[in-house]
Amino acid sequence: MKEVKFLVDLGSTFTKVVVVDLASEKVICRVQGPSTVDTDVMIGLREAIQKAKSEAGITSIDREDALASSSAAGGLRMVCIGLVPDLSLKAGTEAALGAGAKLVGSYSYELTKDEMAEIEAISPEVILLAGGTDGGNESVVLHNAKMLASSKINAVIVVACNKGAQDRVRSILENGGKKVKLAKNVMPEIGKIEVSSCREAIRDVFVKNIVRAKGIERVKEVVKEVLMPTPQAVLNAAKLLSEGVNGEEGLGELMVVDVGGATTDVHSIAEGKVIQDAIYGDLLPEPVVKRTVEGDLGVRHNIDTLLKIGREKGFLDGHDLDVAQSLTRINKLPETPEERCLDMKLARIATQVAVERHVGRIEDWYGPAGRMIVQRGKDLRGINSLIGTGGPIVFAQDPRTVLEGALFDRKRPNLLKPESPRLYLDGDYILYAIGILANLEPEKALRIAKKYLKEI
Amino acid sequence: MEEKKLTIITGTVGQDSHTIGVSLLSRFLRENGFNVVELKGLTPPEDFIKAAKETDAVAILVSSLYGMGEMDLAGFKDKCIEAGLKDVLLYVGGYLKVGRHDWKEDEERFKRLGFDRVYPPEVELDQVLEDLKEDLKKKGKL
Repeated sequence: MKEVKFLVDLGSTFTKVVVVDLASEKVICRVQGPSTVDTDVMIGLREAIQKAKSEAGITSIDREDALASSSAAGGLRMVCIGLVPDLSLKAGTEAALGAGAKLVGSYSYELTKDEMAEIEAISPEVILLAGGTDGGNESVVLHNAKMLASSKINAVIVVACNKGAQDRVRSILENGGKKVKLAKNVMPEIGKIEVSSCREAIRDVFVKNIVRAKGIERVKEVVKEVLMPTPQAVLNAAKLLSEGVNGEEGLGELMVVDVGGATTDVHSIAEGKVIQDAIYGDLLPEPVVKRTVEGDLGVRHNIDTLLKIGREKGFLDGHDLDVAQSLTRINKLPETPEERCLDMKLARIATQVAVERHVGRIEDWYGPAGRMIVQRGKDLRGINSLIGTGGPIVFAQDPRTVLEGALFDRKRPNLLKPESPRLYLDGDYILYAIGILANLEPEKALRIAKKYLKEI
Repeated sequence: MEEKKLTIITGTVGQDSHTIGVSLLSRFLRENGFNVVELKGLTPPEDFIKAAKETDAVAILVSSLYGMGEMDLAGFKDKCIEAGLKDVLLYVGGYLKVGRHDWKEDEERFKRLGFDRVYPPEVELDQVLEDLKEDLKKKGKL
């Protein structure tokens, strides 16, 4: 049964398995069980695989045919260090988020001793060190390299700084006993952002170092490889779905909204060009493949924030707040009709706010030359497709209502949200699996994705 | 080894979008061996500083043709000093004030604001290049 693949997500809350048959390009089944990362990750994994095997009617699987992504044990915890906050630090942040990282700190200019102590306390798994355009400033990144070299941190340091300083930064760090991975400068010149080399370096570090560091390396007894952080798997799937591959057509420019218990992620694969006659107001353009993470918009971990926003915007009433009492437990799934209804409202609020933060916006400026339009961020009004994923959307009573939170609002025309995309639901919850499969069998992965996305 | 090119930041400040002059100047400086970061029109004063910091620029050349330059550039030198750019040359040129007045007044006013060179709206590009080279030599950067 070489053609059957088990695609696993070692999640923070649930371990999920999607079983696909590559020959018939079908999803055989999808199962999930509680994660056991806190005790022994193997228990939950073996249980989930066993369950998948029995549902799929398969007696044994080869380790070679099981692949995983992981957001277990806190995700890929990263700190970014840059020079100017709006420039190299912002470019570095975009690269880290696009690599599926969880950003746990960002620092600019010369690091102080206090900041260094703070980073030691945060104890990230990967640090991205940027700063200076190629041929630009060297002193700040050299200073920061020295600070890191003499610190206690044992994170892998991805160096994506001024090309002219790279070799010296590397020797300083290596002489301090630090693990270093080089990437191309994430901001080679002002106004240019170069995230792909950096993302690849981060993924490489993840596969080679982080899986072991997290103590989940034992999963390799059951799965061949933990290939990437789960958010990157979703982003991979989005990219494949948008761009297509080898003649297999994609859906064009799109957005994926992934509502979860702890965060809400928004991915856009779109140029988001500057509106005609408008002036771009930021120093850096945003990447075509862009991911934002809203750490305050999870429907369980941050239910209080959502309730507060919901009350302020008039989406929720007093009764909803009473119902919410029973939903505050982190791994609680909604049961009663009232709970399901509230859960849907929360997912809608999370979707709306997360998309509003992701998309670009325009402002009118009145100057001596008359009215001018200034745009910041990406114009996503014209995208073709909007895809909803994540439990709170997929299992909502009316997923369409939830996704409509992402759409353009005529009352707030300055927010450049999608105007009239086709709406799709990742109803079988397979996007992460498509993202894992995209590395192996891109055409088949794309056809399966297109087959299983439901237009709503 | 090729000698490292010196970086210059150019742009029009504030809400001014008249970029033709500054585009010509940028092109001319590039042809004469400089690395030029063009911030183009409608550039907030802070963005000149950010770009100069990130690129280790040696000079910031600001254009203003809409008469509001004095407002836009108030405290510009101080901001540069604060940002660690004390040694970066600051040049400004254009219609720096609205209405009829003596050019000399403009020059004095902007020199007081901390600009090293102040130019009227019409100036030969060669003149700017010559001044720039002279000033950079004085600072030991060329």
